[in-house]
Amino acid sequence: MENNTPILEVKDLHTHFLTKTGAVKAVDGVSFDIKPGETLGIVGESGSGKSITAMSIMQLISPPGKIVQGEILFEGENLNNKTEKEMRKIRGKEISMIFQDPMTSLNPVFTIEKQMVETIRTHEAMNKKQAKQRAVELLDLVGIPDPEARLKNYPHEFSGGMRQRAMIAMALACNPKVLIADEPTTALDVTIQAQILELLAKLQKELGMAIIMITHDLGVVAEVCDRVMVMYAGKPVEFTDVLSLFDHAKHPYTWGLMHSIPKITDQKQKLEAIEGLPPDLRALPKGCSFAARCKHAMDSCFEVDPSFKQYQANHHVRCLLYENEENEKVVPS
Amino acid sequence: MFSYIIKRILMLIPVLIGVSILTFSLIHLIPGDPAKSMLGEKANEAQLEALRAEMGLNDPLYSQYGTYVAKILQGDLGESVQSKESIATEVADRLPATIELALFAMVLAIIVGVLAGVIAAVKQYSWFDNISMTGALFGVSMPIFWLGLMMIWLFSVQLNILPASGRLSNDIQLGLITNFYLIDSILTLNWPAFKDAFLHLLMPGIALGTIPMAIIARMTRSSMLEVMKQDYIRTANAKGLASYLVIFQHALKNAFLPVLTVIGLQFGLLLGGAVLTETIFSWPGIGRYVLNAVLGRDYPVVQSTILIIAAIFVIVNLVTDLLYKFFDPRIKYD
Repeated sequence: MENNTPILEVKDLHTHFLTKTGAVKAVDGVSFDIKPGETLGIVGESGSGKSITAMSIMQLISPPGKIVQGEILFEGENLNNKTEKEMRKIRGKEISMIFQDPMTSLNPVFTIEKQMVETIRTHEAMNKKQAKQRAVELLDLVGIPDPEARLKNYPHEFSGGMRQRAMIAMALACNPKVLIADEPTTALDVTIQAQILELLAKLQKELGMAIIMITHDLGVVAEVCDRVMVMYAGKPVEFTDVLSLFDHAKHPYTWGLMHSIPKITDQKQKLEAIEGLPPDLRALPKGCSFAARCKHAMDSCFEVDPSFKQYQANHHVRCLLYENEENEKVVPS
Repeated sequence: MFSYIIKRILMLIPVLIGVSILTFSLIHLIPGDPAKSMLGEKANEAQLEALRAEMGLNDPLYSQYGTYVAKILQGDLGESVQSKESIATEVADRLPATIELALFAMVLAIIVGVLAGVIAAVKQYSWFDNISMTGALFGVSMPIFWLGLMMIWLFSVQLNILPASGRLSNDIQLGLITNFYLIDSILTLNWPAFKDAFLHLLMPGIALGTIPMAIIARMTRSSMLEVMKQDYIRTANAKGLASYLVIFQHALKNAFLPVLTVIGLQFGLLLGGAVLTETIFSWPGIGRYVLNAVLGRDYPVVQSTILIIAAIFVIVNLVTDLLYKFFDPRIKYD
């Protein structure tokens, strides 16, 4: 019973930080949608605008940051027009979030019970006992053994993987329709990473929520995502389904990301890094933001800012290499 | 935990020995003859000599110290040279007045200071932040005696709305149980006395509480600013919690540890600061008692009361250390 109506649509989102030295265009024209049960990956380096996109959806951008343009439609309603009070009813209930570092994302001075029960009771009409019962079920659901006793623990008495499980349990407390996972496995060691991803996939199947997976790790994307948006300097540069991305990525930046993954079959010892640094978001260069770091840059790349063009039915790319069909052959395998 | 408390209480002993040696030596370094100050200028040499012998002032210092410590160990604080009363009785009369004043000042300082600090941090760079932090700067720099005198001038002399001195008006009757007037008036359900005692506490309480209030406000603000940037505050917001819960529960409990340290230290200092406040407002507490004893070269009183104040200081610090655990469960006492 696939539902094809998007639960969340982001249209032409611009989030800027209005600093004294100029506007930092942290998110500059991002659009995507996500359907129930779907997992959308947002990939990019640090500072590419992934997390700011997520915080914009939650309406948690604080000054000097500001959503200056665009719409965020959740079940058809524009979240940009919601009051703080209305947003608080959506945060943690309809749209939940888990964060990168479970070590610092849980409040160190409260027990897991207190932190879970307060979330549940904020959104559901339950008394303490019922909320505690729900918390026990949730910890059990995310695979924490002996949940009743564990509720009494403080975060520092949990291991890193357990804390992330507890974070996930807390985020799922009110059966959210959308879960935003902001680098949920980055701070964990590799075996725990796999467990957490499996857990998320399993819970998604059971609960049918949409997941926005923010990551810089293409390995994570390959494992869990249905579609992927690659971001660079606040803009989406490539947007397609996960198979097309790994089969025939179009944007030179995506190639760069892929080449920086070590391959077990590769004889070469050295990984290929993307040279240079991301541009200053206050003063973006003329033309394509990536041109200065791009091995395939042409003269026109430094002059013309490419549009985000539909290349195939399910494949958008922002690159001058594809402005004309005949340039297609430059795509390396 | 229990063994930690025992250990800390045992540590009182070396502290008190140190304090007793220090006060004993310091007071004997002060020039002036206690016998002369007691008998007055007209006393002849024979009278003076007799009194000195009676007080043991002719013995070597170590012997005087030995006698003093031996008496204290027997629970005998000695008697006042000036009033001939037992020091223990006099202290028991006055200590509650000082503690009541210090507690009142501290509660005032904590409520106002923490609230101002939290609001200033949440509304950083707003007019409230600017005004309250400028006010706090004035607060820490203002001499207590000046503030006290100005308040007396304004509220007692000009406006005549607050009493200028003492703990209770003469026409108010109060049965004493604990010697803490607010508590006694509640225990005896004596509301006119409660109101009167409260009004008497107000000005000295504000004078004494101003400096700690200012320090607490500044410390709370900087600590809150630090905590509000933490990931768990972002989590609390993302969970949809009401902002007062995010600020006053999630942030403040984390931000409170450094504030608690300041409160502990300031409370100890208040007992010392009470000397000035009690003098200005004629507050019959231990601060004024010590001051009079110093001026009158009343050695036994000075030694005993300073020892008591030091013991209270150490106990306050112990209580502070134990409270840390309440605010941060990660703290472990060995």
